[in-house]
Amino acid sequence: MSEVIWGLATSHVPSIGAAMDRGMTADPVWAPLFEGYRPAREWLAEHTPDVAILVYNDHANGVDLDVVPTFAIGTAERYRVADEGFGRRPVPDVVGDPEFSFHLLQNLMDEGFDLTVFSELDVDHGFTVPLSVWTPEPGDAWPCPVIPIMVNVIRYPQPTAARCYALGQALGRAIAGYGGARTVGILGTGGMSHQLAGARAGFINPTFDHMFLDAIEKEPQKLAALSREDYIRQAGSEGIELIMWLVMRGAMNAEVRKVHSAYHVPASNTAAGLALFDNRTTRPS
Amino acid sequence: MSSQSRPDLPGTYVFDGPTSLRGHNMNKLFMSLRTENARTQFRADEAGYCRAFGLSEAQTSAVLGRDWQSMLDLGGSIFYIYKLAMMDGLSMQYLGGVFTGMSEADFKAAMLAGGRTDV
Repeated sequence: MSEVIWGLATSHVPSIGAAMDRGMTADPVWAPLFEGYRPAREWLAEHTPDVAILVYNDHANGVDLDVVPTFAIGTAERYRVADEGFGRRPVPDVVGDPEFSFHLLQNLMDEGFDLTVFSELDVDHGFTVPLSVWTPEPGDAWPCPVIPIMVNVIRYPQPTAARCYALGQALGRAIAGYGGARTVGILGTGGMSHQLAGARAGFINPTFDHMFLDAIEKEPQKLAALSREDYIRQAGSEGIELIMWLVMRGAMNAEVRKVHSAYHVPASNTAAGLALFDNRTTRPS
Repeated sequence: MSSQSRPDLPGTYVFDGPTSLRGHNMNKLFMSLRTENARTQFRADEAGYCRAFGLSEAQTSAVLGRDWQSMLDLGGSIFYIYKLAMMDGLSMQYLGGVFTGMSEADFKAAMLAGGRTDV
């Protein structure tokens, strides 16, 4: 049996990665954001899982608009870091875990989640920035193998928040059913409120974001009940990325213990949020 | 709800099916600009490059004139449009300024002050 030991939700703003890559984390504009990450990073450094699952979205780097999978899983042995146009981030490629991917795929299919399969996938900032939030100095390799689960949040209609939460719940059951006594970390990424285009560009909604940070811990069903329109109106057209946090939360126990959370405006055009939960407070039924 | 039903929110683009269809060729062009080779070709003959990707006249004018707002109106996705902006050395905050009628400096200042909470 495998066990989810923690869940980490974090924004994936590209400039967070750029600030780290360029050694700007102590600059006055960036220091408060990275100071907010510190307690989570310290805790995570002492709780390295055997494998992690990272729920993310691509931004026109690993896939384009020819094919837009609603939900997809990577089954590769390695995932290259994408060159988004001007050289790849100076971070390690990602080592996968094909055997575990195949197990998750089979179990999720059997539960009615018809995932697209990536045998090859370049991962962009949507993937590598959350890894950097977790592990700022990975050296030659990330702390453990990581399996990508991709969610379409760019092309309307995105999956509903309820469907993302249900996928997470099925994922939790699939993880629990994997033999080999392994520990698993799960990351939900994206958000929080932001909007890049249109007259409402620059929109930030701290009231919604704080509600979300509280409810993702205690009342995820409330967030799963919100419609696409609710997310786009209240969190901005790109804030709908927050539905990916619900995949993470669904894979965790009904009760989790918050280790740390942080909220900072702005990271570029975005409200950056982080929430880390210990999943070992109760046992799965 | 009809199959085309989508949120209609002022000042907000929703990249739905019809929009994606309208902007497909233009977004493909933007996607291609990830490689230096393609950027060199594009710079050498922008109009010809637009023709090769099958852009409409209006889309071609928007690209050649760097009319970022029109690119959105003609089916561009911001994540794809941004690849052209990056090639030009422009930031997402510059684009935010264009979309909201602000200078880049004013847009940045608005974000640093906590973002635009009243829109």
